[in-house]
Amino acid sequence: MTEHEPNRVPEATPREMAAVDAVVGPELNGAAPAAAARRMRVQLQRPYRRDLLLPALLALQQAEGWISPGGLAYLAQRLALPLAEAYGVASFYGLLALEPEPPTVLHVCDDVACQTAGAMELCQTLERVLGPAGSAPESSEVGWHRSPCLGRCAEGPAVYVQRLGAAGGGARWDAAQTAEEWLQAVATGMAVTSAVPIRRRPGLPQPLTGRIGRIPPDSLDAYRRHGGYQALRRALALGREGVLREIAAARLVGRGGAGFPTAAKWEAVAKSPEPVRYLVVNADESEPGTFKDRALLEGDPFAIVEGATIAAWVIGAHRVYVFVRGEYPEARRSLEAAIAQARAHGYLGATIMDEPYPLEIEVRSGAGAYICGEETALFNAIEGKRGEPRNKPPFPTVHGLFGKPTVVNNVETIANVPVVLNLGAAAYRDLGSAGGSGTRLFCVSGQVMAPGLVEVPIGTPLKEVVAIAGGLRPGRELRAVLLGGAAGTFVGPEAWDMALDPEVVRARGATLGSGVVVVFDDTADLGAIVRRIARFFREESCGQCVPCRLGTVRQLELVERLEAGRPLGSLEQERALHRDLVQVMRDASICGLGQTAANAVASALALGLVGEGSRGQ
Amino acid sequence: MNRGVSVAARPVTVTVDGQAVEVPEGSTVREACAKAGVEIPTLCFLENLTPVNVCRVCVVELEGSRALVPSCSRKVEGGMVIHTDTPRVRTSRKMVLELLASSVDLSAAGPEVAEWLAAYGAEPERYGRRAPARTARPDLGEAATVAQPPKVDNALYVRDYSRCILCYKCVEACGEDAQFTFAIAVAGRGFDAHISTEFDVPLPDSACVYCGNCVGVCPTGALMFKSEFDLRQAGAWDPARQTVTPTICPYCGVGCTLELHVQDNRIVKVTSPLDHTVSHGHLCVKGRFGFEFVQDRDPGG
Amino acid sequence: MFGAGGGTSSYREIEETDLIILWGSNARETHPIFFHHVLKGIGNGARLYVVDPRRTASAEWAHLWLGLDVGTDIALANAVGREIIQAGLVNEDFVRRATTGFERYREAVEPYTLERAETITGVPAEAIRQLAHDYARAERAELCWTLGITEHHNAVDNVFALINLALLTGHVGRWGSGLNPLRGQNNVQGGGDMGALPNKLPGFQDIEEDANARARFEAAWGCRIPPRRGLHVSQMFEAMEAGRFHGLLIIGENPAQSEADAARAVRLLQGLDHLVVQDIFLTRTAELAHVVLPATASWCETEGTVTSSERRVQRVRRALEPPPGARDDLEILAELAKRLGHDWGKPTAQAVWDECRQLSPMHRGMRYDRLEAMGGIQWPCPDEDHPGTPFLHGRLWQDPVEGPLAPFQPVEFEPPLDALDDEFPIRLTTGRRLESYNTGVQTTHYRPPLSKGERIHLSPEDMAALGIREGMLVRVVSRRGAVVVPATADPGLRQGLAFMSFHFPDQVNTNQLTLDRWDPKSGTAEFKATAIRVEPIETAVGAEAMEVRR
Repeated sequence: MTEHEPNRVPEATPREMAAVDAVVGPELNGAAPAAAARRMRVQLQRPYRRDLLLPALLALQQAEGWISPGGLAYLAQRLALPLAEAYGVASFYGLLALEPEPPTVLHVCDDVACQTAGAMELCQTLERVLGPAGSAPESSEVGWHRSPCLGRCAEGPAVYVQRLGAAGGGARWDAAQTAEEWLQAVATGMAVTSAVPIRRRPGLPQPLTGRIGRIPPDSLDAYRRHGGYQALRRALALGREGVLREIAAARLVGRGGAGFPTAAKWEAVAKSPEPVRYLVVNADESEPGTFKDRALLEGDPFAIVEGATIAAWVIGAHRVYVFVRGEYPEARRSLEAAIAQARAHGYLGATIMDEPYPLEIEVRSGAGAYICGEETALFNAIEGKRGEPRNKPPFPTVHGLFGKPTVVNNVETIANVPVVLNLGAAAYRDLGSAGGSGTRLFCVSGQVMAPGLVEVPIGTPLKEVVAIAGGLRPGRELRAVLLGGAAGTFVGPEAWDMALDPEVVRARGATLGSGVVVVFDDTADLGAIVRRIARFFREESCGQCVPCRLGTVRQLELVERLEAGRPLGSLEQERALHRDLVQVMRDASICGLGQTAANAVASALALGLVGEGSRGQ
Repeated sequence: MNRGVSVAARPVTVTVDGQAVEVPEGSTVREACAKAGVEIPTLCFLENLTPVNVCRVCVVELEGSRALVPSCSRKVEGGMVIHTDTPRVRTSRKMVLELLASSVDLSAAGPEVAEWLAAYGAEPERYGRRAPARTARPDLGEAATVAQPPKVDNALYVRDYSRCILCYKCVEACGEDAQFTFAIAVAGRGFDAHISTEFDVPLPDSACVYCGNCVGVCPTGALMFKSEFDLRQAGAWDPARQTVTPTICPYCGVGCTLELHVQDNRIVKVTSPLDHTVSHGHLCVKGRFGFEFVQDRDPGG
Repeated sequence: MFGAGGGTSSYREIEETDLIILWGSNARETHPIFFHHVLKGIGNGARLYVVDPRRTASAEWAHLWLGLDVGTDIALANAVGREIIQAGLVNEDFVRRATTGFERYREAVEPYTLERAETITGVPAEAIRQLAHDYARAERAELCWTLGITEHHNAVDNVFALINLALLTGHVGRWGSGLNPLRGQNNVQGGGDMGALPNKLPGFQDIEEDANARARFEAAWGCRIPPRRGLHVSQMFEAMEAGRFHGLLIIGENPAQSEADAARAVRLLQGLDHLVVQDIFLTRTAELAHVVLPATASWCETEGTVTSSERRVQRVRRALEPPPGARDDLEILAELAKRLGHDWGKPTAQAVWDECRQLSPMHRGMRYDRLEAMGGIQWPCPDEDHPGTPFLHGRLWQDPVEGPLAPFQPVEFEPPLDALDDEFPIRLTTGRRLESYNTGVQTTHYRPPLSKGERIHLSPEDMAALGIREGMLVRVVSRRGAVVVPATADPGLRQGLAFMSFHFPDQVNTNQLTLDRWDPKSGTAEFKATAIRVEPIETAVGAEAMEVRR
């Protein structure tokens, strides 16, 4: 008979236990612990709160700098969750380390926009000073990793810093300092990022960004003095049906990328027979090149609170979840401060203004996974599961968060809600063009003089938008523009005059997506950019379905072969292979990530941006 | 509440490859196809598990739908027009099979997998030389694979994840579709996703209770009886010499049906029929692995 | 139960019921696939109650676990019954139409107030009340038990106490409502079906009372059947002790290790004039035999049938050639008969089965080909067109009731015989572990990592109080014997409660500790309640070994 040692249960540190307890709360969760049950001779089931898993994992990460076996075991026990499942969830998210890390960890963006802003040079410097990415021993003070886009594209090269025992935050590379000086400043929390630059052109209406940078974002009074909460008042006066009519008449469509009519979504949930409904505000802004939601959340958070309040009231939701990207702690703090003030002044809680309507807004953080921007993956993340998208149908309006009817709106969409109500549907429509109502936010980055956020009427030409961001550098020629981010498409100089109107853009086989405009001039190493996009999907695919999990790997291998000038067989064979990959990913992937993961590479191949001749001057 | 008492579902009519078929509301497209006599290939679907629709081999074309739909989980709606053998369907199936075959060892998968690979014209070799081991960065020109040494950490079954297509079946059988032990889960992300215990600890340190229900549902031989593994290592595994005899488990009084796979008068593995109302294909550690005693005796002594 | 002995429900009903009670059953470990049905039931919204002194792996899934003191089941059940009556939750229509003896029952349970039950059982009155109300109010409820109910000196009374609850609430005889003893061994049910009981002919036909049945068998077998019940196992040992019992043929049992007070069992077996053991192994019992008849493994080397806990008769088949010298049980019996002067020829399993079908009405429709095609058939199956019977006693819901009414059987609580005192202050209860089985004859041949050999499980509090560390060897002493065994802390046990299995008798013969006093009605010994003390052994070899390994 073989004797086995009893399973060794690793122990949590006091800091880990305190971090978990702070999230889970003193109330027993899951099954009562054995000792208590033994004493009581009965065991009562407690409410099962798996949805606290991700917040508790983030708390563990902050407490000890990694998710240790002991910490995870304690957490799993508190949530009555199988340890292997908790591990499966923890291992899904990029900001959760499963091995010990130094006290300060830098996530250095080497994605498309930051590559044009010196990210590669920064990486080389760090490699020299700290060693290769991900190699730091636990004993060193600072470690670093390469990161996908951090949503700080106008401030690149961007860095996100995780600090032991403290909240994370953005940091900005300062070329004026030595690497050592800069690292010292980062470690002590001195090298903080600035706000998103807003690029304005006098005379253009800016209903979404007008307040940003002009009023203190943490002041409810200032918000009210600048038109805040007029829209909620108007909404309550109009009634739910009235608001729905107004939003429908304004032809407001979602700004997250899919462009679905907002009123239709709201109406489906408002009319559901199911009494429990949710509003989810998607602030998991992770599309490479996108930083608009961060600008809104950091710069005008009350507008999001007000918009979410109106939306929740109309659809009959009493709880709103705002899922904020894990790399945006500043945005989270700003939003939470606004929620607290709104609550203290009767805009949330038991009433919304004068209306007795219980409403809470809860902010949840992501933990480093692009896929969680997909709405059903986002539900799973909130529910404490791996951020794997669900098959649709059923759609969220029927079977959404916690299985209940749910409206998911992007931050920019929610920001448009007060605008519609303040202006009225007609005036709102007039802001835009035939291609759509209202304004749109464009995140202009790359090789332009003044990268930043640009708000323009829908239908403004690309050339104009880039001009507001300072235009090309003197003496440089336009080589290509990446529209819509990694899931978008490259367009060449011939698109310079194209109106940024969803219909027009779609007709040219491109997409506006989340409003990304990354500009590359004739000095850009576009091969490297395309390779980075291919790597992005290889690393951000959730891995659930075969076309995406393996298609993204084969796509990256193909791009690398072409970049190295070593195709398998003929170039035409490689192109045929890519066409097959495009087709299977587009046709057979579960979600939008897989379905669009080959678009940018396909457009780059078509424009000759990969391989021979792709390198700039 | 009146659970479990099934209310007769309304019939729904759909068209499969031009043929109208009537199926009860709530049926899946796959079931409608079966009714029409069209068999749909699949790797991740099994009758006794909840469909996870991840392998995407079973996709079909649905008129009005932009993308193809997984037939295993998509529910029928009246008037659906379904095509199961269009060029788009064939390309997707070919590619899915090809991608899997280029990265995973399918040599111990059921014979139908090899048939599908041939039927759909999969060319797994066109991605280049197969990387000999799983690595984050294979050499240029090499096709990444999940090749890795098998995990032999207990006497009952072996986990050879170089054969794993990540169909989630084992996780489902270990978890909510049967055993509720949750010893394994999908960990990691993307191509790095894999089936794992917590922190990849060996099974004896995990919550595993060795019911082997994961082995029972694995379609590719990634999970294998140690007895089968050893015979394969020795080159002695020979399905042609095997018989399968159903009988009843000798242990507790529940009465699970065991299918004894016997080669050369030795039990080499044990399965259970999926469609039996007692076990639904699942067993416990004793029923699955506790057979050694009959071939471990010397009646004279 | 009120007639034929078998569980009344099908496993599928467990999936579709509203409330499940596991009483004295750790099905998660002892009937794992049955527990799959329980888990499906929970997934479908059923509430699970677990009544067990230990907070077992099953209890962890319970909505409410009631951790009663060992052997206080009747007090608990009677209090549940009284509370149902007091709260006006009796299914009066059912009680009036389908049962007898309610008044007597009402009077009998009257003293079992919630408070008194709390004093006796240790379970808070509120928990008992909740169980009573929830069980009575449930639209459908399944009550299941195992050896935690039957391995007591008053086993049959324990079962009656539970049956009374089902009669009180009408939770029997309908889809999703029933009474289910889960059989511990694969063909315990089938043995009973086939008349391997002291007072039954095949098909639960009474040997003393059913003259018609006797006549049928006499006609078929051409002999006279004495209308007299035989002995059950515990009585046989008593008869050996009294010198009234001299020869024994044992088929596939290992009483030298499985009987309570094992030392006594061995002594009595050794004293027999002639002991024949028919087994697939040379067990400890076989070592005592004058003649050993090597047999085949019935589940994979022979043909035949077994019956499961849901009364499903299923085919077993020959998949392996038996080892040389081993012979089919049927062949051995026929050869024995021949030596005794009766030539039965060479009967096949199917021929024997067909004879059984002739003589046992409840098996009549179960042709081999039907058993095979239908994946087994649940008895009764009276003719060859009958689909089998998913649940029993539907007749109790007919108006008027067909056949005899179901009697309440009032029972009184009696404490376990092996009382605790200062010398033996800890209550030892025994049971099974997931990966092992009975005396380990089968399960010591495979190597699941779960198997850690025998250990005594103690509460963390007792471990601390006695200064015992994990893995330390301790001496466990009862009024009958002592064993040395490593100790392990079990958070499912409260202070004063200990647990051991009996799977590793060659390492630790747990049944040297247990008491051989048995229930006069069933013959089952009180394995579940032994008074012990635990003594740490100072030079703890095991503990040192553990230290080294750490």
